[in-house]
Amino acid sequence: MSSAHRVGGKVITFGENVNTDVIIPGRYLVSIDPAELAEHAFEPLGAEVQARLRASDIVVAGRNFGCGSAREQAATCLLGAGIKAVVAASFSRVFFRNAINTGLVAVESPAAAEAASDGGEMWVDYDQGVVETGGQTFAFSPYPEVLREILADGGLIPHLMAKSGGPR
Amino acid sequence: MTAKTFAQKAIEQASGVPDLVPGQIVDAYPDLYMSHTASWRCIRTLEKMGVDKLYDVDRVAMVMDHLSPAMTAKTASDHSLCRSFARRMGIKNFFDVNAGIAHIVLMENGLIRPGQFVIGTDSHSTIYGALGAFGTGVGFSEITAAWVTGKLWVKVPESVRIEIDGELGSGIYAKDIMLKLIGDLGADGLTYCSVEFTGSYVESMSVSERMTFCNLAMEMGAKNAFVAPDEITFAYLDEAGAPREELKVLLPDEGAEYRSTVRLDGATLSPQIAVPHTVDNVLPVGDVAGTKLDQVFIGSCANAKYDDLVIAADVLSGHNQGRPGRPAHRDSGVGEDHGAGVGERGAGDPDRGRRDDHESRVRGVRGQRRRDGGR
Repeated sequence: MSSAHRVGGKVITFGENVNTDVIIPGRYLVSIDPAELAEHAFEPLGAEVQARLRASDIVVAGRNFGCGSAREQAATCLLGAGIKAVVAASFSRVFFRNAINTGLVAVESPAAAEAASDGGEMWVDYDQGVVETGGQTFAFSPYPEVLREILADGGLIPHLMAKSGGPR
Repeated sequence: MTAKTFAQKAIEQASGVPDLVPGQIVDAYPDLYMSHTASWRCIRTLEKMGVDKLYDVDRVAMVMDHLSPAMTAKTASDHSLCRSFARRMGIKNFFDVNAGIAHIVLMENGLIRPGQFVIGTDSHSTIYGALGAFGTGVGFSEITAAWVTGKLWVKVPESVRIEIDGELGSGIYAKDIMLKLIGDLGADGLTYCSVEFTGSYVESMSVSERMTFCNLAMEMGAKNAFVAPDEITFAYLDEAGAPREELKVLLPDEGAEYRSTVRLDGATLSPQIAVPHTVDNVLPVGDVAGTKLDQVFIGSCANAKYDDLVIAADVLSGHNQGRPGRPAHRDSGVGEDHGAGVGERGAGDPDRGRRDDHESRVRGVRGQRRRDGGR
């Protein structure tokens, strides 16, 4: 199964209710540079977790990932760390919006999140609405057209620029 | 015609699309876009886009809170960027670092009105429901996009009713009710839902208490929160410069469909506290009485209005806590220029007089409050 909108690779797993303060502490919000933010992604969990994050492609988590603040940098810092998608049992609504709007694939699939193993492999195809991991396949409701277009363009701002024919 | 919830009506009005059902995605045109100090990110993004014309400059509201006054040269220049942008674009609703907490500033200035659809770069933008508006939090890219296009995609949420009746006991407040609900329903208990607060207690609440309710609804994952505007709302708005005849109130219909109804009897409630490390780790405050506290912060956009501060002052009155300050230990490189007050507690004999103070503070924190501080 091949698709232009298939992303994946190595998995790093987290638990439930992962707060935006853990993903990117408030004191680093003075930056919007993905690479700079990535240096501080998950800093409260220690250097070992940060190193594993940078070596991973997909973040897998339990319920309510990204709860807390509306900071968009919670999604940006993951992109900067090389993360291509977040698969969680559920998301806080602002994190979900921020993920899509910054071009980070966010998939709600409790079954896939449950089946994932830390350090294992996972692939997400958001056109087909499918997550593959550990030899199993999990379906999720495909995104509505408007969200798919935003993701395909790499986020909301690039999407608006593409629609208007580049910088005006 | 089918009966509609507040969220259905508010999004229908903002999108111009009739007969919406939960789950439907539409483009909505907000009445107001609130951004705080994060506005500098919107301005930089706008520059990157090469856009210099906004959809409707009068729907832009900027409040320089979250990082104010500036603690670093970087933040000071961010504020400066926002100031000059506001001047250049002719943004009338610009409030500088001395104005206060963004949400409260907008409400006190009559910019938030019943039935409006408001977005803000703060997750607690649900607070605008205290005046009967639809308020919800978004990221800075979405504010930038709204500046340019005037719209954003919105999913029509399911609605949940929370009904609070009964009288609260002495020393028990709106915050206690919300902590109890957050503890019972969980930090994701109402994810993506529109919450409508009703019941005799809710009807009796001041606007300040309604703000605390709607603000904290987000801590259960809510998309927005709502208290039906009434005479209390209209009196507040009139004082804020939004007279009754200018208001277009939206109310849910009798018989509208709700995912569930949660009921709480205020009379059965005891004082509540959320303890580390999650917001829904809520206990009766008696369970932690005597716990040593290292720092006490009084503030936040949920509870730093005049009446809240009066309550706090009443509690602290007669308990000499020494001068305000923070411990010498710091864990971040930001904000190293606090100056006077910092480290005073850490110097000399750090535990002198502390234990007794802290214990009395935890014990006294609820029991001594009086319900007479409201407006």
